[in-house]
Amino acid sequence: MAIAAEPIDIAARRDPSASVVNLRDSPLAVHELTVSYGEKPAVFSVDTMVPPQSMTAIIGPNGAGKSTLLKAALGIVPRLSGRVTVFGQPVEKAMHRIAYVPQRASVDWDFPTRVIDVVLMGLYRELGLVRLVRRNHRERALSCLERVGMADFADRQIGQLSGGQQQRVFLARALAQNADLYLLDEPFAGVDAATEKAIIDVLKSLKAEQRTVVCVHHDLATVADYFDHVLLINVRKIAEGPVATVFTGENLQKTYGGRLATTHIDQLKLPVG
Amino acid sequence: MGAEFVQLSLTPLLIGVLAAIACALPGNFLILRRQALIGDAISHVVLPGIVVAFLITGVVSTWPMLLGAAGAAIVAVIIIEAIKRIGRIEPGAAMGVTFTSLFAGGVLLLEQSDTSAVHLDVEHALYGNLESLIWLSAEGWSSLTDAAALADLPPELFRMAAAAGLIALLTLIFWRPLKLSTFDEGFASAVGIPTAAVSLGLVVVAAVAAVAAFDAVGSIIVIAMFICPPAAARLMTNRLEAQIAWSVAFATLSAVLGYVLAGYGPLWLGADNAVSAAGMIATVSGIILAFACLFAPHRARIGAPRGA
Repeated sequence: MAIAAEPIDIAARRDPSASVVNLRDSPLAVHELTVSYGEKPAVFSVDTMVPPQSMTAIIGPNGAGKSTLLKAALGIVPRLSGRVTVFGQPVEKAMHRIAYVPQRASVDWDFPTRVIDVVLMGLYRELGLVRLVRRNHRERALSCLERVGMADFADRQIGQLSGGQQQRVFLARALAQNADLYLLDEPFAGVDAATEKAIIDVLKSLKAEQRTVVCVHHDLATVADYFDHVLLINVRKIAEGPVATVFTGENLQKTYGGRLATTHIDQLKLPVG
Repeated sequence: MGAEFVQLSLTPLLIGVLAAIACALPGNFLILRRQALIGDAISHVVLPGIVVAFLITGVVSTWPMLLGAAGAAIVAVIIIEAIKRIGRIEPGAAMGVTFTSLFAGGVLLLEQSDTSAVHLDVEHALYGNLESLIWLSAEGWSSLTDAAALADLPPELFRMAAAAGLIALLTLIFWRPLKLSTFDEGFASAVGIPTAAVSLGLVVVAAVAAVAAFDAVGSIIVIAMFICPPAAARLMTNRLEAQIAWSVAFATLSAVLGYVLAGYGPLWLGADNAVSAAGMIATVSGIILAFACLFAPHRARIGAPRGA
């Protein structure tokens, strides 16, 4: 699309090496990843290399394989083919450096447990099978709840939370893992404005702490505000790189096909530039 | 309560309580995983497996029965998959068709084979033989310290105690992985829990409970105890730890109350026959669940507004 041609050139000239990442340093590098649930592949031969200490958004239409890409990278769903490295190591050996936040709707919130117990699940690697939960574990879990503004809810049953509160509890559990790479699946889906603000503040603070954040994201209007790097996929990879150069109308059109109305693209001209 | 109680009622009561607890413990997790039907399926499929194991080995003993039940479970899984694929039927229906057919096949097989020498017949398969598991050589409470009398305790008691003890121990050791993978399987596997092995382990433990309980108390109790005490317990509390405790309490209450009512209830009503203890225990567990549905503190959450 003509509207986007110019920004690409300008940004590329300004910073030609913006998307060049060393495999050794990349918190998440995926090589020719293919995943299939039935006969049709959900993710086909996707390559990506997330830059260190970036905030990366994975963008694409429904059914484009965004969540599947994350789950397959983590080995939660089987990979048909492909290699995944985390900080230069095979992902299986680096799982302790990753915190994963699944989609809020993927669990049953009627499960009989309290908010603090969910956050303590983030300490599973430390606690193992039989180690007792001590005061310092509890205090750490509470401080993670504090960070997402949910400390007052520690003793609530999780079924009593609103959608936004549930999402913050999931984020607190990930914070308890004290990871270097945070993978979040749709953290802003169906949350209230206050929660969205709270979550993005925490994610930005993670970046400030030299950690890397990767989100499956669906709200195109906030991409430029929240993220510095994007991966556009629709089963196959469409484009990847800095938001300024890659998040363009032309690439979005390629990613979403006919599903993205031109009016939508016009709205996006503003944030995209 | 004296000598007669120890001789005639103590061991059936203990076996009933242990069987109820052994089934209720894994039942808690099956229900939370929305797999309650699996407990039902296992307890049905166990029958043809046990009959075939008996026909092959000619004896009723624990290991061949366990292997037979495991073999039958594998056959059931294959049949369910085949029906789903070939018949294009939804999974619940495929399961329902498979395990009732296998159970019926087991009943037919049992009728046609000569099991007169052992405690294995159709009635047995359904109700067990709880009332007959008496402690003949007991002469009173003092027999509990008498080595000769203790050696005469029915072997079902030790088998059931071992199964219940093993299941309680496994639940305790694998508490965190079980709870975590039941709540959030994706997260659980991301923190290194082998979730497929946990799911399989849970089903295997449920099968062990079903096989151990089957011989002593029959499949009616097994089916009821997998579901009723945990379901009632869920309505009493919002914490899994407390739910497990409630389910054990309800299982125990069902077994004791059911046994007593079966033995004395008809007498109180003027009839002269006792009724099946297994049937009464299962009925009591159902009544407890009904009361929990009506009066338990955490039943209101059903249908409560969820999410944003």
